[in-house]
Amino acid sequence: MVDAGIITAIALTVITASTPLLLAAIGELVVERSGVLNLGLEGMMIAGAIGGFAAANLTGSTAIGVGVAAVAGAVLSIPFGILVINLAANQVATGLSLTLFGLGAAAMVGEPFLGTPGLKLPKLDIPGLTDLQVIGPVLFGQDGLVYLSFVLVAATSWFLTRSRAGLTLRAVGDSHDSAHNLGISVRKVRWMAVLFGGACAGLGGGYLSLAYTPLWTENMTAGRGWIALALVVFSSWLPWRVAIGAYLFGAVTILGFHAQGAGIRIPSQFISALPYLATIVVLVIISRNKTLLRVNTPACLGKPFVPAR
Amino acid sequence: MRLELVPRAERSTAMALVSPVIAIGLTLIFGVVLFASLGVNPARALYIYFVEPLTKAWSLEELVVKASPLVLIAVGLAICFRANAWNIGAEGQFTAGAIAGSVLPIYFPDFQSPVLLPAMLVMAMAGGALYGAIPAILKNRFSANEILTSLMLSYVALLILDWLVRGPWRDPGSFNFPESRLFNASATLPLLAEGGRMHVGILFGLIIAALAAWRLGVSVHGFAIKVTGEAPRAARFAGFDQKRIILAVFVIAGALAGLAGIAEVSGTIGQLRPEISPGYGFTAIIVAFLGRLNPLGIVIAGLLLALTFLGGEAAQITLGLSDKVTRLFQGFLLFMILACDTLIAYRVSLKFGHRAAGVTGTADQKMVSNG
Repeated sequence: MVDAGIITAIALTVITASTPLLLAAIGELVVERSGVLNLGLEGMMIAGAIGGFAAANLTGSTAIGVGVAAVAGAVLSIPFGILVINLAANQVATGLSLTLFGLGAAAMVGEPFLGTPGLKLPKLDIPGLTDLQVIGPVLFGQDGLVYLSFVLVAATSWFLTRSRAGLTLRAVGDSHDSAHNLGISVRKVRWMAVLFGGACAGLGGGYLSLAYTPLWTENMTAGRGWIALALVVFSSWLPWRVAIGAYLFGAVTILGFHAQGAGIRIPSQFISALPYLATIVVLVIISRNKTLLRVNTPACLGKPFVPAR
Repeated sequence: MRLELVPRAERSTAMALVSPVIAIGLTLIFGVVLFASLGVNPARALYIYFVEPLTKAWSLEELVVKASPLVLIAVGLAICFRANAWNIGAEGQFTAGAIAGSVLPIYFPDFQSPVLLPAMLVMAMAGGALYGAIPAILKNRFSANEILTSLMLSYVALLILDWLVRGPWRDPGSFNFPESRLFNASATLPLLAEGGRMHVGILFGLIIAALAAWRLGVSVHGFAIKVTGEAPRAARFAGFDQKRIILAVFVIAGALAGLAGIAEVSGTIGQLRPEISPGYGFTAIIVAFLGRLNPLGIVIAGLLLALTFLGGEAAQITLGLSDKVTRLFQGFLLFMILACDTLIAYRVSLKFGHRAAGVTGTADQKMVSNG
């Protein structure tokens, strides 16, 4: 029999591996629903990672760290917004430059923090509940960002289907011309979405440096921003499916390491490559099903908008 | 106050040439602000960064050595981008080429022959081309997004290289350093001048750029690539097979990146290591855009971006600045290029006051094709 300790350990590590992906992907989902494709997720995540780490270290407060992580991601999305929303620049290329810029900026800001021990987000501890076997630590012993990620999924799902603002956002993403002609400010809606996406990506990055591995290392996002982008496609732009996808990927990442721990001899590089290969496989499987994608893909995704005078 | 874009009737050719210059100017201003905020005299820092490397013979040679992989990769990427195929996995194709090209000198370290180098180059190009073909095939057959697949494959290639040089390909005499054995003399690209840094590989970039400038300009293939990128429907009506074009541009770009990979390993480094590139595959994206997707423009842009690598090293040594400044500069430069490109397709004006809601518009239908 597998004992409860191992199950608990696996479940806990899967949650920590999945949360940064989920946070970043749910933000990008909202951005893409508004018709904007922000490929700079990786850059905003790394900004959140160093911003959160530095702020927590300097102030001694992980709460401030989390706040600064979100702000750092949102701030980095501002140049992207100016180019893409106001200057109608090519979204793919601008997103790429955001990633390059973010990685460079984070590496520079982070240099003094290399090797500094970090602060770890405190975990919830409810006497009685958290002490329960398996479900105690898994359900009631997480840190705040894990719970926030699920609140965000639920809130986004409600927002996109039940709220007027959410429907407006979807209208902008599906036909910016019609929305514009109805008097909706396309640029304003997209700005809000881009800033929200930036803040979520920043939180995802902050989770890496404040909870996943409380340390700052260069390139610590290791492509998670790109995996989160793939998750949005995988989810066919539905919030609940983003959560399922993020946890699938978290599990793939972690199972490799547990397999190695269990004595199966695989070079560590192959285990590290698993999430990237899984992303490719998933993209292929999902993209084959064209009808599914066509139903939910925002029709104006990636197209520049210039309001007519 | 708001910014208003008025579409131009025709893309401005003057702006197409001026906008990269404006972008470079704005990046330099950014540099002044950045250096000042780091407490360094901006004039001195900019001199050390962008001028001093151009004043010494050895650093000019180094500049060319660093520019040539950038040019090779960027020419391939430009061909992809022209066809609207977003290959951003050049770093992986570079690595795949370096690995495939190193098979012979690593498994047959004593084999010396004049055919060895050509064989290595061909294998490297084949390796890069095959690796580049994967995202194209996945896009053609399954419509999988090539941006994500090509990037994921880059991570995989870097991990494979890491595994090889730490595992099966590690030099038994290297005292556990993660590096392959040194290539023998006949597996090393000869130097152009004795005692210098420039090897034969730097000619590849120039030859390929010249060849691409000529073929893209005059051949039917060059035209088909351009039409596929700018007006896919027109390309379909003209009978161009889009899937074949996508596959072809990825294979070409992969082969060129692979060639750059083996030239770097066999000419500049002399062995395989876990890190064989300071991010050439990603910097080449900037080179391609700064060079206006034009092979000759790319040669100039390649030299300029190579200068940022050299300047970064010089600033690190002389001013004690982090070499990360380089990546910051490069990212900012691409931002500025893209921002200034708006001037090519639009007249930009500042307007005061609010817009009236409810006006009809079709202006952005024109925009789509130029995105």
